[in-house]
Amino acid sequence: MKPAPFKYIAPSTLKEALDIMTRHGYDAKLLAGGQSLIPVMNFRLAQPAIIVDLNKVTELNQFRKTERGGLRIGPMVRHSQLEHSQTVAEFAPLVHETMPHIAHPQIRNRGTIGGSLAHADPAAELPVIMVALQARFRLQSADGERWVNAEDFYQALFTTALEPEEIIVEIAIPPMPRHAGYAFTEIARRHGDFAQVGAAALIKLDESGYCRQARLVFLNVGEIPMVADQAAALMIGQLPSSDLIAETAMNAAQNEIEPAGDIHATTDYKRHLAYVLGKRAIQQAAARAREARGL
Amino acid sequence: MNKHAIQLTINGTQTKAEVEARLLLSDFLRHDLGLTGTHVGCEHGVCGACTILFDGDPVRSCLMFAVQADGHAIQTVEALGTPENLHPIQAAFHEAHGLQCGFCTPGFLMTLVPFLEQNPNPTEEEIRAAISGNLCRCTGYQHIVDAVKIAATNYTNDTN
Ligand SMILES: Cc1cc2nc3c(=O)[nH]c(=O)nc-3n(C[C@H](O)[C@H](O)[C@H](O)COP(=O)(O)OP(=O)(O)OC[C@H]3O[C@@H](n4cnc5c(N)ncnc54)[C@H](O)[C@@H]3O)c2cc1C
Ligand code: FES
Ligand code: FES
Repeated sequence: MKPAPFKYIAPSTLKEALDIMTRHGYDAKLLAGGQSLIPVMNFRLAQPAIIVDLNKVTELNQFRKTERGGLRIGPMVRHSQLEHSQTVAEFAPLVHETMPHIAHPQIRNRGTIGGSLAHADPAAELPVIMVALQARFRLQSADGERWVNAEDFYQALFTTALEPEEIIVEIAIPPMPRHAGYAFTEIARRHGDFAQVGAAALIKLDESGYCRQARLVFLNVGEIPMVADQAAALMIGQLPSSDLIAETAMNAAQNEIEPAGDIHATTDYKRHLAYVLGKRAIQQAAARAREARGL
Repeated sequence: MNKHAIQLTINGTQTKAEVEARLLLSDFLRHDLGLTGTHVGCEHGVCGACTILFDGDPVRSCLMFAVQADGHAIQTVEALGTPENLHPIQAAFHEAHGLQCGFCTPGFLMTLVPFLEQNPNPTEEEIRAAISGNLCRCTGYQHIVDAVKIAATNYTNDTN
């Protein structure tokens, strides 16, 4: 298995990379960690004429905490950097907890957040987490830049809001809401494999333990991260009892996902998994929210 | 086809080469340099046989182009011990029967060398997580886990 020939360019600044993308757009492919792109090139499913390697663009591999406690992450930050960062563990605990679910240690040493978000695999964890956290992406081309909400970025299977000449140059994660609990859970046949189904939840409670905010997003039960806002709304103003959590998860699994069956899991089985995992994610998030409130 | 001049350190030796952009790092090591200890099983990142150290971190050499290694340091299994003088982790694999056909072994070794350096006293769970990205079709993994435990004990004894 050998990739088809291509022209290789490795710019050292973002400006150069943007200029190349403007000139070549459709013919060029950005190369980040290569952990998704190189496999499809090895199979010759992708045969880009030009590869624009971002690995020397050091301005894209930084991340920092904002004054308000959010995170600004460059697209070339590797999975393993996020996994082992104390800042991420403290200020974006949902991201921290999710990282070990992504592939294997050797893949995480190369794979990048920008590559994962742009690749838009419905079974990938980071798109779901970014949608759950209501992150925003800064997309830049030589003509200028725009911010896109994670939720609007994902449009269809492997299809995003990115124009051919655009580069994701920054990911902004808002500060974790105070007194909020979070959880991510998934089922994969073997640890490190792409998951069959996964669920992320965020729950915020008021001082008496009533639910103020609820967010539930599913992985791999639709073409894009599936947001279950209608089901989550059932929780608002209520105490998160086991019955209510089960009802919310059931509602989401019945009405707000569109799982496609495959050789590993039928549609019905995926709905069942979504119910069970949705329930577990909300339960854990609610328990953490209670703890954050000292309840 | 246009060739790219690259300069890199391989197993401690400065090396210069001219490579086509599409040449995978795994093929560069095996075909151009004759370092056939790095094995190639799947060429899409799943099996882990091609694992090498890239600036000290284990990565898949089948998911990088050789041209990307320009200016970097690479270590392959050839950097470990010799048949007469095995590296402690190789000795532990030998002792615990951590291999049968040996096809997967270089990838396991290159994954485990930095793991044991960073984590000299791992639990069984940590060991299994560390090797989760390496497939072995022979051993059933138990003997590999045993080998890592032996190696960890030897490492700790060595440094005490
Ligand atoms: C065996 C194996 C198992 C895996 N398991 C999982 C898993 O369980 N969960 C998971 O989420 N992922 C998994 N992955 C994928 C891995 O996380 C990839 O690293 C990731 O999806 C892509 O990131 P990358 O940096 O390698 O991107 P690349 O492969 O370099 O690029 C992917 C795509 O994104 C585009 N791109 C890259 N950077 C940008 C940018 N800044 N702006 C715009 N477009 C850009 C590229 O042009 C390309 O189309 C697995 C991969 C392998 C090989
Ligand atoms: S050959 Fe590289 S992971 Fe299988
Ligand atoms: S020893 Fe044969 S594949 Fe591992």
